[in-house]
Amino acid sequence: MIALLRHLMVFSAWLLTGVRGQWVGATPEDRQRIYFGNHRSHGDFVLISSALPPTLRRKTRPVAGSDYWDKDALRRFIGRRVVDAVLIDRNPATRSADPIALMCEALDSGASLILFPEGTRNVGDDEPLLPFRSGLWRLARARPGVELVPCWIANVGRVLPKGELLPIPLLCTVYFGTPIEVTESDDKDAFLARARQALLDLRAKHDPGAGA
Amino acid sequence: MTELLRLLVVAVAVLGVATLIGRVLHWRIARGQAHAVIDNLNARIDAWWVMVLLLAAAFALGTAGVIGLFALLSVLALREFVSITYTRRGDHFALALGFFIAIPAQFALVAIGWYGLYSILIPVYAFLLLPIVSALRGDPTRFLRRVAVTQWGLMLCVYGLSHVPALITLEIPGFDGKQALLIAFLIVVVQASDVLQYIWGKLFGRHPLAPTVSPSKTIEGLVGGVASATLLGAALWWLTPFTPWEAAGMALVINAMGFAGGLVMSAIKRDHGIKDWGHLIPGHGGVLDRLDSLLFAAPVFFHLVRYFHT
Repeated sequence: MIALLRHLMVFSAWLLTGVRGQWVGATPEDRQRIYFGNHRSHGDFVLISSALPPTLRRKTRPVAGSDYWDKDALRRFIGRRVVDAVLIDRNPATRSADPIALMCEALDSGASLILFPEGTRNVGDDEPLLPFRSGLWRLARARPGVELVPCWIANVGRVLPKGELLPIPLLCTVYFGTPIEVTESDDKDAFLARARQALLDLRAKHDPGAGA
Repeated sequence: MTELLRLLVVAVAVLGVATLIGRVLHWRIARGQAHAVIDNLNARIDAWWVMVLLLAAAFALGTAGVIGLFALLSVLALREFVSITYTRRGDHFALALGFFIAIPAQFALVAIGWYGLYSILIPVYAFLLLPIVSALRGDPTRFLRRVAVTQWGLMLCVYGLSHVPALITLEIPGFDGKQALLIAFLIVVVQASDVLQYIWGKLFGRHPLAPTVSPSKTIEGLVGGVASATLLGAALWWLTPFTPWEAAGMALVINAMGFAGGLVMSAIKRDHGIKDWGHLIPGHGGVLDRLDSLLFAAPVFFHLVRYFHT
């Protein structure tokens, strides 16, 4: 049943967006990774997940906000059961568990992760990427052996912009770029700037059209 | 319909020969190794098998099958068109109306044969109403460019394409029940013209026609392709209510429009820095890469038939 719903999710994403992955800087090999991407809609992790080959998809869990996915029974079912997301509480005041600890726990169990370092959806038309929060840096430092793969999702912000009811069919492509890593000399800001630039470079190279 | 069956047999025979030649080239010239041009040729031929079988299945299902197929192609084409062009959040509702109201409405009107309305639904009503919807969202950034994208997308991918199945609804004296043959004639001639222009261009192409817009188009390709596809059209007169000379004239117009369609669509692609509209059809690119000539040819062919034969 759950497996069927997962297939259905991937199939609907394909039906609507014809999503495909373009491995422009990495290869789809079976190793532990953190895929980090631009965040424009609630369906973003479905697109990255759908763009992965099925064997990798099964081992890859998205990181998502519990404030959204724990809100009602349906979302909880989709978020926890169908998607098997690592749910973190983005609000320091209310949370009972450290988000980095939760993500590390998932990594230690062998899973790869999908992470959106902007921390929230970017809903504007004019800014391609919001500033990164520090989560990616802290996670990368806590688990330095895990490869960090930038993923630019082209077009996804236009399928279902915030506040709209109906998604429209548009072609989406996920570009998997060259992995980055934390070096000895990195400080937080330098690393996050580099990670952010890796996404912007993918966009500039492969997705220049729509914004021009 | 025996004529359609006969056409299918011919198409299968032609594809069979093409497949054979493609495989021989693969083993003899490329010696079984990867070879960009030959591999692309074989991918194109394989995709043609799928397209011919899809068309045959739609024709076998009758009017509903043909209209359904072209409505679906409309959605796929519009999706490709909007995907590469510039729109903003303020256009989302207008685009949703295009996908979910304009397409079903246009093809439903075609199905019931309401010519008076389907010939103005998009050029007049979508043209007037959709910019209002976008303007009400209050974002004037590059407004004219954005509404032009929406209107052009609908005109090409929905309005133009809907004139293919619309041929079925024409009441032609002495040709009743056989209108589907006009669709077959249009598609075969236009697509043959594309293929023949490609072959003539590859074999004899010397003088580029519009190198800044479409580097692969040559004068030799255009003249040879259009001339041979026009001969083909004349040879297919038995499918139509036309005399052989008339069939040649129709084919010439279709081929000229088809060529122009390819050229205009190339200009749009070039401007957006892409080579293909999409990747749905292996070897060919997107649906629009295969349909571009048909979008321009169909309305003109429809009006010529309507004027001279109804």
